Amino acid sequence: MANFYLDNPSMKHHLHHPLMKRIVELKERDFADKDKYDYAPQDFEDAMDSYEKVLEIVGEICGEIIAPNAEDVDHEGPSVANGRVTYAKGTQENLDAVRKAGLMGIAMPRRYNGLNFPIVPYIMAADLVSRADAGFENLWGLQDCAETLYEFGNDDQRERYIPRVCNGETMSMDLTEPDAGSDLQSVMLKATYSEKDNCWYLNGVKRFITNGDADIHLVLARSEEGTKDGRGLSMFIYDKRNGGVNVRRIENKMGIKGSPTCELVFKNAKAELCGDRKLGLIKYVMALMNGARLGIMAQAVGLSEAAYREGYAYATERKQFGKAIIEFPAIYEMVSLMRAKADASRSMLYETARFVDVYKALDDISKERKLTPEERTEMKKYSKLADAFTPMGKGMTTEYANQNAYDAIQIHGGSGFMKDYACERLYRDARITNIYEGTTQLQVVAAIRHVTTGTYLNQIREYEAIEYKPELAGLQNKLKAMTDKYEKLVAMVTETKDNEYIDFQARRMVEAAAHCVLGYLLLQDANKDDSFRRSAEVYVNYGQAEVEKISSFISNFNREDLTYYRQ
Amino acid sequence: MSLKIIVLAKQVPDTRNVGKDAMKEDGTINRAALPAIFNPEDLNALEQALRLKDAYPGTTVTLLTMGPGRAAEIIREGLYRGADGGYLLTDRAFAGADTLATSYALATAIKKIKDYDIIIGGRQAIDGDTAQVGPQVAEKLGLTQITYAEEILNVDEKTRRITVKRHIDGGVETVEGPLPIVITVNGSAAPCRPRNAKLVQKYKRALGAQEKAALGDALTHTEMYESRPYLNITEWSVADVNGDTAQCGLSGSPTKVKTIQNIVFQAKESKTLTSSDKDIEDMIVELLANHTIG
Repeated sequence: MANFYLDNPSMKHHLHHPLMKRIVELKERDFADKDKYDYAPQDFEDAMDSYEKVLEIVGEICGEIIAPNAEDVDHEGPSVANGRVTYAKGTQENLDAVRKAGLMGIAMPRRYNGLNFPIVPYIMAADLVSRADAGFENLWGLQDCAETLYEFGNDDQRERYIPRVCNGETMSMDLTEPDAGSDLQSVMLKATYSEKDNCWYLNGVKRFITNGDADIHLVLARSEEGTKDGRGLSMFIYDKRNGGVNVRRIENKMGIKGSPTCELVFKNAKAELCGDRKLGLIKYVMALMNGARLGIMAQAVGLSEAAYREGYAYATERKQFGKAIIEFPAIYEMVSLMRAKADASRSMLYETARFVDVYKALDDISKERKLTPEERTEMKKYSKLADAFTPMGKGMTTEYANQNAYDAIQIHGGSGFMKDYACERLYRDARITNIYEGTTQLQVVAAIRHVTTGTYLNQIREYEAIEYKPELAGLQNKLKAMTDKYEKLVAMVTETKDNEYIDFQARRMVEAAAHCVLGYLLLQDANKDDSFRRSAEVYVNYGQAEVEKISSFISNFNREDLTYYRQ
Repeated sequence: MSLKIIVLAKQVPDTRNVGKDAMKEDGTINRAALPAIFNPEDLNALEQALRLKDAYPGTTVTLLTMGPGRAAEIIREGLYRGADGGYLLTDRAFAGADTLATSYALATAIKKIKDYDIIIGGRQAIDGDTAQVGPQVAEKLGLTQITYAEEILNVDEKTRRITVKRHIDGGVETVEGPLPIVITVNGSAAPCRPRNAKLVQKYKRALGAQEKAALGDALTHTEMYESRPYLNITEWSVADVNGDTAQCGLSGSPTKVKTIQNIVFQAKESKTLTSSDKDIEDMIVELLANHTIG
């Protein structure tokens, strides 16, 4: 029996982080549900045991159902007829399995029939699902939208919609349009209020909508006639039961082919306002995007893991010149770096997930009672860290997923170019991760202020202050030197006070910070568990050279040379 | 209409991937080398029972298994998937049973349960491959039996008759029988649903008396076994089911093992293919999939 949770000990390692105690305590409100629901945990140990048991279910479904279906789903894909989408047969089986296993609405409160899990175990499930089939993760992972509904919907909306998601109905977030991609301020889908029917009607077109034929949609639409920017946009809930939205076509994509990407036509589609008018983009979509970005990070981590495993397996089996190719330095370097990037990405994912967990739980509690001053400080701290780590993590992990998928094919040689091996699917699936939910370039835009204001540096210095085992001193010294170099090059760039120049060097600075962060996270992993030592060593060697390269580029760069770049 | 269903299930050593150490020198199974699992076709049977529960609200699904204390795991696995309860037949006197003694023990337990409409189990267990227990239980209870079932189509409330699709050589046939009835399910039936996240959290502490005793002081949250009775898995001894010890276990088993031979399988699974395009295409797809060609 293949089990993706049990066959990868690093999952358990990341689940059992010291901060989980605080997270569970907050999420469970000191175990207030323990006698109200027969499936609620009694105490911290009980909660952790439940997360593990549920992740074992996820791991088994991934290993036994979703992964074996992935190839057929990739070939068959979904289809559209009469405005409705039909999933590939394998996708239907996958959905049936996750529904019967009760894996929808994992993070939702029990009163709405959810499991009330923190983000960490939820995102771990996403990591597992993505390793099995990244395209399916999109459909399953859209339960994220319930989180937005929970955060911004009113009580009545929560009660009507969230239990439906927990019972297995799917969701979509309808944001982009033909002329509004990265620039969501240009959304034109029109929302008009009818006094007579006491409801809103939506008219227009949405494009590139993942799972666009979902049961429940969150829709960004222009409610304020005559406006042109983000302040005229509101968020709406569209219920498929009411009708009015048809799927005009589904895109023929390069990868994640099992996940239908739809063009939607809204024709007097009845909808209800979610939250306040005019806050659609500036508040709700921003919140939704941060959650979605964490989901894409999980998708990237699952893909990195899958690519590493495919590459490693082939390198071990394939014999050339009388030995397995993994014995050649050129190949084993590639394999070990893939492992290191997958491990570093995973550490980043769970570090970010923990930050999100603490601040979201406190935010949720703040709706029930006034937070103490200590709690407010705690929430602020973690909210800021989540805000800084999400774009950095999304940027790095998705680029690494692509690099790992690329290397997996390289290890396979000519065979990897054929459709016979999974690595070519992983390569195609990975390609979207550094594009959607904000391209890497846009992640840099979000991350750069944490370079200039020092959020990253402060956090790195905190990692530096942790006590490490003596045998890790060599690594620690390298990381310290990397950090010093990072600090210097940031000063070098920012003291110019030239915004265009800062933007030009932004990605390099964010990456330099990321190499320090990822290196320190792996160092902490190795500090607790020796099996991470290898990845820590390999990654720091790699990161050190990358920081060196960045530093060299920036130190030698003449600002006037920008003219050669401007188009 | 609600039904009362009893699912017969067995904990078996996983014989699907046996290694060299699967058998001991004396020819008996080396249980330590083989993980204990839910007999695969019993899972197919459980799924059929759970589908009836989905289709006919109020239906109850009860597992019945025989084995040592740790076989309570089978009941838990059933509860995790939606069963309502279970009984573990466990007693030294049940040990060493062949199919006759097993069906005797199961039949006496079923008589004790008394109220049932459908008794359903897998066609056979992978450790013995006899396919005798289900039919013997039907005989002992004087009930109609349908073997090799692939799908239960429906239960008619008025006539109290059940319609079942069963596997036959080269196809399927649809048959009908009266309740109460014994059904054995083929491995070609729908696979069992996964464990459910809420049910696993609800029942993860469910234990039999022997398991609780084995845990001793390591047993936590002891008060919950009183406040939540469903956490106690019922164990029945020979006496509990008013059984005749002489008909149970080794003493009730006329089967005698004469010799045991070590056999090395030579031939691989054989397949007959016709010259039709479909068969040729299927073969190519299979050979491509396992990288024999391409």
